[in-house]
Amino acid sequence: MTRRVWIGALVLASGVLAAACGGGSQEDAPPPPVENPVDPATAGGVTGQVTFEGTPPTLAALRLDSDPNCARQGATTPNESVVVGATGALQNVFVYVKDGLGTLRFPVPAAAVVLDQKGCRYVPHVLGVQVGQRMEILNSDPTLHNIHAVPMTNREFNTGQPIPGMKHTHQFTAREVMVPFKCDVHPWMNAYVGVLDHPFFAVTGADGSFSLEGLPPGTYTIEAWHERLGTQTQMVTIGATETGTVAFSFKSTT
Amino acid sequence: MLHFFAAFVAAATALLIFAGGLVTSTGSGLAVPDWPTTYGWSMFTFPVDKWVGGIFYEHSHRLIASIVGMLIIALAAWLWRAEPRRWVRRLGYLALAAVVTQGILGGITVLWFLPDPISIAHAGLAQIVFCLTVTIALVTSPGWTRGAPVADRLLQRLTAVTTGAIYAQILVGATMRHTEAGLAIPDFPLAFGRIVPPVWTTAIAIHYAHRVGALLVAAFVLAAAGHVLYHHWPRAELRRPSLLLLLLLAVQIALGALTVLSGRQYMINSLHVVTGAFVLAGSLVLTLRAYRPRFGIRESGSGIRPAALEHVRIPEPASRIPDPRGARA
Repeated sequence: MTRRVWIGALVLASGVLAAACGGGSQEDAPPPPVENPVDPATAGGVTGQVTFEGTPPTLAALRLDSDPNCARQGATTPNESVVVGATGALQNVFVYVKDGLGTLRFPVPAAAVVLDQKGCRYVPHVLGVQVGQRMEILNSDPTLHNIHAVPMTNREFNTGQPIPGMKHTHQFTAREVMVPFKCDVHPWMNAYVGVLDHPFFAVTGADGSFSLEGLPPGTYTIEAWHERLGTQTQMVTIGATETGTVAFSFKSTT
Repeated sequence: MLHFFAAFVAAATALLIFAGGLVTSTGSGLAVPDWPTTYGWSMFTFPVDKWVGGIFYEHSHRLIASIVGMLIIALAAWLWRAEPRRWVRRLGYLALAAVVTQGILGGITVLWFLPDPISIAHAGLAQIVFCLTVTIALVTSPGWTRGAPVADRLLQRLTAVTTGAIYAQILVGATMRHTEAGLAIPDFPLAFGRIVPPVWTTAIAIHYAHRVGALLVAAFVLAAAGHVLYHHWPRAELRRPSLLLLLLLAVQIALGALTVLSGRQYMINSLHVVTGAFVLAGSLVLTLRAYRPRFGIRESGSGIRPAALEHVRIPEPASRIPDPRGARA
């Protein structure tokens, strides 16, 4: 009886340790192709503009005083959750091909995508990365951060960067739009990462424009995602070497 | 001395619960991503200048928890060496096992990214540890064996049910905190302007259950304290915790309302957590004192008003004297 109890306890402890160490099998997926399946002679694209309709919300700047190391770089930092330009251009919208690529598979870029922590904020605030592509997360601040990704499909992780200049590299294993990132040390810090199995995504800049280049001819569902204003989709059809145009207009949800 | 040390350990445990409340209220539970280390340092050598933002709350909680753990080890050892009553010594061992389990739960919940069941269990076990330290402090006090106890079965049942209801209410509260349902109903005292919410989601149901639970707990506390104040007013060991319990209940309900109305202001929210622990401890003390006859302390009817005697079984003086012939006539 006593032996059984000990064996049971050992099995339980092993299970707890294995789970605590973040054990888990990676998905068995075939390796990505090396060559781009799109014929450059027929490739086209989709461009467009994202705007905000109405009066944009007035957002107070975020105070950094809970960490003196952050406050020394500036008492506040802009709230980037809704950034609207002078002509209504909406910034930080993730635009991507949601559907229409069929079974096409695309090579993974060798270059890494960089997410920096600078001025106690994430730079950029919204970005995209391909499945399997290296994502480098830097700490350029004179303080410590934790990088806490909270995905629904991919594996959650929470890593500390106590020393300035540290770098953490991560690769996502599954498509997911979007993966929120946050720093639990500095609760105002957050970023959003779109993870796709193709390279056709963009983030709107200060002028609200985007461009998806290198698409093969076809009909596509284009989705625009905004962290507070939700999502919108549009269909667009492009022929060989054509560039389609779509426009998205968001309204305040409150 | 043992009693004072046990009382000190109980106070330290209450401080730990408050610190834990601050961690949840400020959303700092994962500000230190590793455990048992802190950003790779031993938690005891982690530089003070790095206690910034959410780290301050999480790291302070871990340090206080370590100190409470060591205090409970010392308390269990002291009881083992000096306490003649076996059941009291066992309370010490139980407190030690509970605080070790609590530490492991705290570590697991960090490493597993705060899963709700583990975090709720961590919150629930914290109250058990606190109750054990309060119980040890109570039963090692000189007052525990001083004076004849009251054998009032109705009081025993009322206080036991009240303590159980308060603990259940705390578990519902912990579920509400860890499932982010604290503001699922944004107004108070009504729910979306009505007595019963017009729409239901899981979060609204949990939040509403906590409000209904508060009403039930208030009814039980009023019944138990009212019973003591009416039937056992001369008994200071029952009257004082009853009055304290009524005061704590009022404070706790006010803090609960303020938590909603302030949009979960972190200090109010954390005070609500620790005051809940005090309400539980107050009811537990009253319960244990009502059950003193079960702990081998002699019964007496002193201090009981005549109206209460219907449910108080006090043997006639003659029946306490054994018949030398072996049977009564």
